[in-house]
Parts: sequence; C-alpha cells; structure tokens
Amino acid sequence: MSQDVFAGPGEKPADRVYFSTGGDWEDIVSEQAERGDETVVVNMGPQHPSTHGVLRLVLEMDGETVTSIRPGIGFLHTGIEKNMEFKTWTQGVAYVTRMDYVAPIFNEAVYCLAVEKLLGITDQIPERANVIRVLMMELNRIASHLVAMGTGGMEIGALTVMTIAFREREMILDFFEDISGLRMNNAFIRPGGVANDLPEGGLDHLRTVIDWLEKHLPEYETFCNVNPIFIGRLKDVGWVDLTGAMMLGMSGPRLRGTGFDWDLRKSQPYCGYETYDFDTVTWEGNDCYAAFRIRIAECWESLKIVKQCLERLEATQGQPVMVEDKKIAWPAQLTVGADGQGNSNEHIKHIMGESMEALIHHFKIVTEGFKVPVGQVYEAIESPKGELGCHLVSDGGTRPYRVHFRDPGFNHLQSVPYLCEGGMMSDVVVAIASLDPVLGGVDR
Amino acid sequence: MTDEILPEHRPTDQAPKAPVFATKSGMWSRGSGDTSGYGGMQRTLSMPGLTEAPFDDRDADAIHSRALEVVDGFGQFPVLFDRGELTIHVPRERLLEVVQQFRDDPFLRFEVCVSVSGVHYPEQAGAELHSVYHLLSITHNRRVRLEVSCPDDDPHIPSVVGTYPHTDYHEREAWDMFGIIYDGHPGLTRILMPDDWEGHPQRKDYPLGGVDVEYKGASVPAPDNRRSYS
Repeated sequence: MSQDVFAGPGEKPADRVYFSTGGDWEDIVSEQAERGDETVVVNMGPQHPSTHGVLRLVLEMDGETVTSIRPGIGFLHTGIEKNMEFKTWTQGVAYVTRMDYVAPIFNEAVYCLAVEKLLGITDQIPERANVIRVLMMELNRIASHLVAMGTGGMEIGALTVMTIAFREREMILDFFEDISGLRMNNAFIRPGGVANDLPEGGLDHLRTVIDWLEKHLPEYETFCNVNPIFIGRLKDVGWVDLTGAMMLGMSGPRLRGTGFDWDLRKSQPYCGYETYDFDTVTWEGNDCYAAFRIRIAECWESLKIVKQCLERLEATQGQPVMVEDKKIAWPAQLTVGADGQGNSNEHIKHIMGESMEALIHHFKIVTEGFKVPVGQVYEAIESPKGELGCHLVSDGGTRPYRVHFRDPGFNHLQSVPYLCEGGMMSDVVVAIASLDPVLGGVDR
Repeated sequence: MTDEILPEHRPTDQAPKAPVFATKSGMWSRGSGDTSGYGGMQRTLSMPGLTEAPFDDRDADAIHSRALEVVDGFGQFPVLFDRGELTIHVPRERLLEVVQQFRDDPFLRFEVCVSVSGVHYPEQAGAELHSVYHLLSITHNRRVRLEVSCPDDDPHIPSVVGTYPHTDYHEREAWDMFGIIYDGHPGLTRILMPDDWEGHPQRKDYPLGGVDVEYKGASVPAPDNRRSYS
C-alpha cells in the first residue's frame, strides 16, 4: 500500500498512497493499527443503496469526518445520445424516457419541445395535447418528489416515509398505466402532441388520484416537518447559499432553497404554464431541510395545477391531441386489444381495406419518419430536479444529427465535494439525497 | 472557418453564409428533385439564420449590441439568429475573454453556463469539432449560445472552468465523448466511459457497434449499417 504507483519516472514518491480497492479486512486493520493515523479511504458504491443508484463515492476519512470526497459516475452509461442518431425523431422518445427513469415524462417533454421548435410547429400543438402534457408532468413531479423524500427518509432511518411515499407513487403510476399503457418509460409524449387521448374513464381515475393525494400528502408534513430527529439530521447539513449555488450552477429545489425565486415554468414558460395558477416555492435555509420543505410544498402546487388540468380536460373533450399536419402526426390511435396494445381496428380497416394512399402514408411515416429542417436549438424545462435541457442539431434528415441532454443531476453531482467535505460521513447521504440525482439521467 | 466566411472588408450587399457542414445525396433528398437517388445530385447543408443585426428580437438585439460595445472585434464574430435563439461563433483564442465579459458585464450578466456539448462535423474541414456553450442570464432572463470550433488534428479549446466552475463535468464529458482537449481544465479525465477506454464514442467516425440479427434465414444488419434515408 505504501508504494507510490502514481509517481512518474524520476518523481519523488509520496510517503503514503491510498487505494479505494479494499482488501482483506485483517490486513487493512493491522496496517491501520501499525500506521497510527486515522485516515481511511472508504469506497461507497457503486452498489450502495443510499447513493441513489449506481453512484460511486470515494471518501477520504479522518475518523468520522470527510476530508475529501469524489463522485465517480458512468456506471449506467448506455449511449442513449449516440443511439438516437440512428433512430427516427419519433423513435427517440423511447430512448429519452429511459434516462431519468424517476421522471420519464420530463425527458420526453423536453425532447419533444425541442423537436417541435426545430420543426417550427410549437404554436400548432393542440391545446388538449398541452393540457395532457402538463397533467402528466405535474403528476410525475409529485411522484419524483415522493421518491426523493421517501428514499431520503429511508437513508436516515425514517423507513415509514419511504413505504408511504411509494404507496402514493404507485397510485400515480397506476394512472400513468391507464393513460399510456406503461407505469414508467411511457414514451407517451411524441413530437406533435401525445400518443393517445385519455381512455374512457380516465378523468374518473384522475379524480380518485387527486382525492387520494389530498388525503395522504399531509402525512409527510405531520411525520417530518417538526420531527426533532428529522430536523436534527437535515438542518444546516449540505449547506450552500445563493453565491455557492450560482457558482455551482444549481437549479431546482436546491437553488430555491437559498430563498431565490427561479422556476422555468414561471420565467420561461412552455406548454402553456403561464395560464395556470400556481406559486413558486422558496425557502430560506440553504440546507437539506430547505430542499425537503420545498419538495413537499411543490407537491401541493403541482396538485393545484393537476386540478386545473382536470377542469380543462373536461372542457376540451373530443379535441385533437396530435398536430394536424399528417406529415408529422403519428398515423394511428392506439388501443388495447385481445392480444395487447396495438393500432385501433378502425385504423387497420382504413389502411388495409379502404385507402391505398393511407397505407403508403402509414408505411412511409412509420419506417422513414419525418424530416426536420436543418438547425440547432436548446430547449429547457423545469424538471423536479432542476433545469433539464436538450440540445438538438438536425442536418435536415429523418434522424437527429446530435442530441445532448443537460441533466440536472449530472450538473449537481459536481457540488458533492462542496456540500460534504468537512462534514460527517452520515451527512453525505443526506446531502446527496437533497440533490436527488438519478443515475440513469446522470450517465445517459 | 472565420477567415473563409468573414473577410475583413466584405461588401455589404453580399450577406455572409454560415459554413457548409455536410453534403448529402441519395434518395428522397428534400429539395434536390432527386427522388430515385440515381441523379447523383448533391446538396450542401449550412446552419440557417440571420447573420446580421437587427434580428427583430428584443433579447438577441440587446445581447448583440451590448457585446459589440464591450468585446473588442465582436463585429468580426459570425452570428446566427435562428428560431429565436442567438448563436455566436467565437474564435477559440478569444473564448476566455468573451465568457468573462459575458458573465461580468452588468448588461450581459450570463451567470450560468448551463451546458457544454460537443458536436462533430467531420466534413467541415479545419473546424471538425465544435464545443457549444449554452449560457443563461438569470438577471435578464435570456439565453445565448456560444460556439467554438477546433480542427481534428489540433483539438484544443481553452477551458472556461475559471469563469464558470460548474462546467467542470460538462467539459470532461465533451472530452470523453469527442476528444476535445480543454486546456487549463483542473482534471480533464474521462467521466462516463471507463478510464482505459480507447476512442471517443460520440464522434461520427466511431461506429455504433452491434451485430446482425438473423431470423429464419434472413439477416437484419446492425442499426448503423442499415439503409437510411437522407
């Protein structure tokens, strides 16, 4: 362990080199005892439950105090951006939804908004499609915040918070399944609108979800808000003020946790957010407790938006959910048949039995896709974690030339050393939970 | 790149064009009239947009006119205004000075560089690799894009970590994926790929990989070898 393998030729070796690879425990302990210093290198992850996925943390400890911490990421890199260059613009939705799998709707939304901006059809998206998008996003925001609070609670021993959070989230995912066919990885929002209108009874289902959330969301506040243990673990931990947050490029709950009012839904609205009545939540605390209070309050704000969506969905029954341009709109309405989900019988009858042109069109748009004019755009939305951005470059073809996602978790993980160094080891998991990184999005 | 499209004294009636980044031919090329692909017609692609102020956009005009005042020689930088977004092409040797000015000038005040992404344009000779910076001004609530290019055989761009510390990971990713070397970066190591990986996966000359799929005697090629539409 003492031999310095990192020293270059002719360079004086350091007197002690620490590795994070581990070894036989007896050897480690005896060497430690021999050496007499308190520094230990701890390797947390990548399979550690409290690191929110396959995140690896290399910590240098002096007793219980973290003297140095470095995140290691990339274990979940699946080459989504590269793969999308070989798929049509519409197929790309099925890839992006798998990035931040806790908030899949947001990935789809930002990608589709960017594609629509490139196509120049942002204004042609039907109102009902936008309402359904907002509805799905806000329900997803609640689900994502529930996971953040639940796993964050679990990591400090508040296991009940996790069990009830996943119970509520399951209600939301059941609704997603009803609407899109899938609990997660929905690929529901498509360039031009959404894949499907709400099914029969969808609004009734939505009402039961709203009732359920209204009944159960207060439980988190009763459990946590004034719980002395909870406050003791979160307050003044993972401290970052506005100056630090700007330096670290923070966004989302951690930025608003410095008391700074910045929410892209308000400042740079998209999907018609400017027409909804809701408030941006801020909290002055600069710590993990502030981020927690913001998340719980944002759930209520999201629920407020969901209720407004319900009213608008009632008022727009029967209106289109896909752009009118048939050269872009996906040609079919999906339906669930005896053999699973597929094209509706009416559509099959139309293309197979009635119109040869419709068949050609269907074939062309499904296999070839549509072309997107040359250019590049950057589109950003407020995901539960912060600013989620999408940089698209098109060469005028049927597939993207370059796709890049700016995931908030990727950006936020840079701040782990800032938040954790000098603190206790037990505070590391609290600080990371406050950032709420999801490694599927971080590594893409 | 800049020399080619922006001569020192260009006649005012001749609008400068963005550089060609690709040429295309083959079936169904929109606008070429070559439906079968056998016509062998080619078309050249360059980024669209207005290249001269005014852009008739409050934010873009405000950024452009202020930058003209505070950045020396800003008039020589090619700009493109397209789909409501302003792109400024900055020569790499001027990048640090420009980002510093863009952050510190009270009328520009781009506090955050939200993202750095690499783009590979293999056909754009002498400027194959692009590094694209998306700046956000929270004070003025507006965005701007800076684009810096470098040739494949000299892939060096100065690092903006000194001005925007949060671009650390983003630059590491662009290095990892495209092989752009950000000079002055405090620790330019791979971030998503393993440390001993060879090559930079998101470059256009790096294959996607994959194997042919055989089914009942027929073979479907891997995705990057399939027929594609241009």
